Amino acid sequence: MTVFPGDSGLIFNEPLLWEKGKKGRVGISLPRPDVPEAAPLGDQWAGPAPDFPDLGEVDVVRHYTRLSQWNFGVDSGMYPLGSCTMKYNPKINERMAALPGLADVHPLLPEEYVQGPLRLMYELQNLLTEVTGMDAISVQPTAGAHGELAGMLVIHAYHRSNGEKRSRIIVPDTAHGTNPASAALCGMEPLGIQSNDQGILPVEAVAAVMDESVAGIMVTNPNTLGLFEENFQKIAQVVHSKGGLVYCDGANMNAIMGIAHLGRLGVDVMHLNLHKTFSTPHGGGGPGSGPVLVRKHLEKFLPVPRIVKDGDRYRLSDDFPDSIGRLHAFYGNFGVMIKAYSYIMTLGKDLKKASQVAVLNANYIKEQLKSVLHLAYDRPCMHECVFSDKNQKDQKITTLDMVKRLMDYGFHPPTIYFPLVVHGAIMIEPTETECKEDIDVFIEAFKSVVREALEDPEALHRAPSRSKVRRLDETAAARKPCLIN
Amino acid sequence: MRYVPHTEDDIRAMLDVVGAPDLDALFASIPAGARRPEGLNLPEALTEMELTAHMSALAGAGGQGFQVYAGAGSYEHFVPAAVGYLLGRSEFVTAYTPYQPEISQGTLQAIYEYQTLVSRLLGFEAANASMYDGATALAEALLMSLRINKKKTKVAVSRAIHPNYRKVVETYFRPTGYEVVELPFDGAGRTVLDGMNLADLAGLAVGSPNFFGVVEDLGPMAAKVRDAGALFITSFTEPLAYGVFKNPGSLGADIACGEGQSLGLPRSFGGPGLGMFATLMKHIRNIPGRLVGRTHDLSGRRGFVLTLSTREQHIRREKAVSNICTNNSLCALAAAMYMASAGSTGLAALARQNRDKAEYLKGRLAEKGLVSPFPGPTFNEFVVKMPQGFEARWKELLGQKIMAGLPIERYYPELAGHYLFCATEVHSRENLDRLAAEVTK
Repeated sequence: MTVFPGDSGLIFNEPLLWEKGKKGRVGISLPRPDVPEAAPLGDQWAGPAPDFPDLGEVDVVRHYTRLSQWNFGVDSGMYPLGSCTMKYNPKINERMAALPGLADVHPLLPEEYVQGPLRLMYELQNLLTEVTGMDAISVQPTAGAHGELAGMLVIHAYHRSNGEKRSRIIVPDTAHGTNPASAALCGMEPLGIQSNDQGILPVEAVAAVMDESVAGIMVTNPNTLGLFEENFQKIAQVVHSKGGLVYCDGANMNAIMGIAHLGRLGVDVMHLNLHKTFSTPHGGGGPGSGPVLVRKHLEKFLPVPRIVKDGDRYRLSDDFPDSIGRLHAFYGNFGVMIKAYSYIMTLGKDLKKASQVAVLNANYIKEQLKSVLHLAYDRPCMHECVFSDKNQKDQKITTLDMVKRLMDYGFHPPTIYFPLVVHGAIMIEPTETECKEDIDVFIEAFKSVVREALEDPEALHRAPSRSKVRRLDETAAARKPCLIN
Repeated sequence: MRYVPHTEDDIRAMLDVVGAPDLDALFASIPAGARRPEGLNLPEALTEMELTAHMSALAGAGGQGFQVYAGAGSYEHFVPAAVGYLLGRSEFVTAYTPYQPEISQGTLQAIYEYQTLVSRLLGFEAANASMYDGATALAEALLMSLRINKKKTKVAVSRAIHPNYRKVVETYFRPTGYEVVELPFDGAGRTVLDGMNLADLAGLAVGSPNFFGVVEDLGPMAAKVRDAGALFITSFTEPLAYGVFKNPGSLGADIACGEGQSLGLPRSFGGPGLGMFATLMKHIRNIPGRLVGRTHDLSGRRGFVLTLSTREQHIRREKAVSNICTNNSLCALAAAMYMASAGSTGLAALARQNRDKAEYLKGRLAEKGLVSPFPGPTFNEFVVKMPQGFEARWKELLGQKIMAGLPIERYYPELAGHYLFCATEVHSRENLDRLAAEVTK
């Protein structure tokens, strides 16, 4: 009999920070005072000490150790969260990012004393342009949505430099919510178009809305159904013929490294998520890094400062008068860049193998689960596959019930109810770092959940039952928000 | 191959299930013209030992071992060992955004506690789960003021706010059609509101401590700005200041936003940092970013979830209050661990020590006739006009791995010859004495 990873064990309770501790305790080792006390500030300026709990070091260590045990991470188990590329985060990369000569560097030291960090950023830029097939890059944006904003600002600046103001942009129904939100930040109104019955964009739908008032199109490729947009080149031609630009959301780049060349595909601007494709840990919601990449004719619009190489010296330059400007207080999330750089240097050309196996894993799961789950589009997929709860309608079992039960088996749920075009979507992205045996156990667990839907639906409605807490009342949380203690 | 555990047999068996003859066949949907048959032109894969040697060489070409007496938005503070170890717990590090609350209670409770600690430190009723950094937090705060004051199209930003923050604001605002005007500072390095028609503004932002380290007189400004119907926004780069100074919430600000790197994060060549963002409950529906709220589970036990998501991009798409998705959650966690470790008593003591060090350095420099043109209270940082020709000495000291302040002429041409100095708890009296001696040699 298969032993699933999920089991019960001793789970610790842990109160809120201010429900423990005692006034006067200090959990840090205060430096020895060696200078005279400064003159008092006086009532006009002096404030009271902050209203924090006073805790000892042991209080703090137990607190966060216990909290961490209530969390599920990639290191805990398989995390097949679609469109999030929750691959293994190599430990060597953490060690590299902590090297004192990188982690402890002040950002405003003169250039001659920061040649190492500048070289690392410069080389990372070259590696990423090679992987994508784009011409130029800035690693300054700090997250995917920040990269999208940078890309939209580039598109805005491009049209403005042509004396045009184009205030609409095509965004398909399968797009991440950040796409229309980023466009809106740049004063662009998203024009929705729909994918066809094959799950991809028809050229005609784009041609029907594309005109000289439209700035361009934002396409996620591979798209959020896990399908490659086969008409991409023709769509790019239509958009270009009307003076528009093509933006590619590169969140799903993990499917096509070393296989597709985005420049040849017709992409003008794109972003990457280093915290997805390039293995930097997601940290429970960041920090990420979202480099923006462009074709040659858009390079002059990239954010400043840019890293310039003169001979064998590196320097930062603001001298790009057409630039969209600065997007971060300094140069972006350097600490994250170190990890992505280490990752690429550790894999080299094998990045292609990573993509191939990521796609193999997804297709394998698709084939094994389509007998029990409704497959939204029955065709070969890229790095992720999308099912729905259609087969479970009669048992009144929803996607939510099934994935909550999956937790009891020891797996993180897939992405659910997204993309919106699939009702009750279950979007599974295993990534390349899951081995065949673990994937087989996952498949068996999901099949077991589907069986339970027939035989013991209550077990699903009750799920999860092995986690720290049971299902939470999200409606109550939103109705009477309690955001601080 | 590193991190891909599949054997050739595994791949063969899986291809058979999929019905593909080989791995290339999986990519049949990619048109030939968009392929790259030439493969990737990347360096040969390095082993861990090779990578370590390569990276150590890069790290050796960095600013290691420098005594840096400059802050300007990036500060050297001692990070307690416990914070580093706890932050390395991989259940925190390798989790995604907590979309599945039942198995993410660790992140969720910790962020709820972070929101509470930030609200208390800054004196507000709510704080979000973090922004990218202090600069983007300021841009988002100004955009928020325009959402709240819908009829207005103009915001004002003090020229004494970090110059790079103001540049980021410019970038965010350029395509919007809204106007950003600058408020000057006076001879004391403090923001001047005179002459500004406050009634025109949706929001007005002042830094405190500002770029010069000067603590602004926020109370009277807050009253004026709010009376005129604008939102009063404060920006900061050094939150430790509120361990000794009155916080912006208690002085009447609507929003406080800034950089939290000081609270347990390394300088890391400028990022990742931590965008802190706090406001009042009456503005909560317009706050950008994630929020964690308290609720209960089916058994009535306390639990935490992401909440008020109808503001956000994944629900509201183009009508969302911001496009932010991934934020700087792990950095917020570091700050929470740092604040929890210090506690009320420790944070106040640490803030006092920081002020003592900077005041000591200020005094030592003043003894040499190097006086700050800005006489008001400062925290950690202060501006000094250095003698003619100091630039050469500054460069010499860099050669000795001492950064004796930051020349600020490139940001403020009118402050030629002025340097922004910084001292924190990591700088010993001996080193401060040496610095004061060296700069006048």
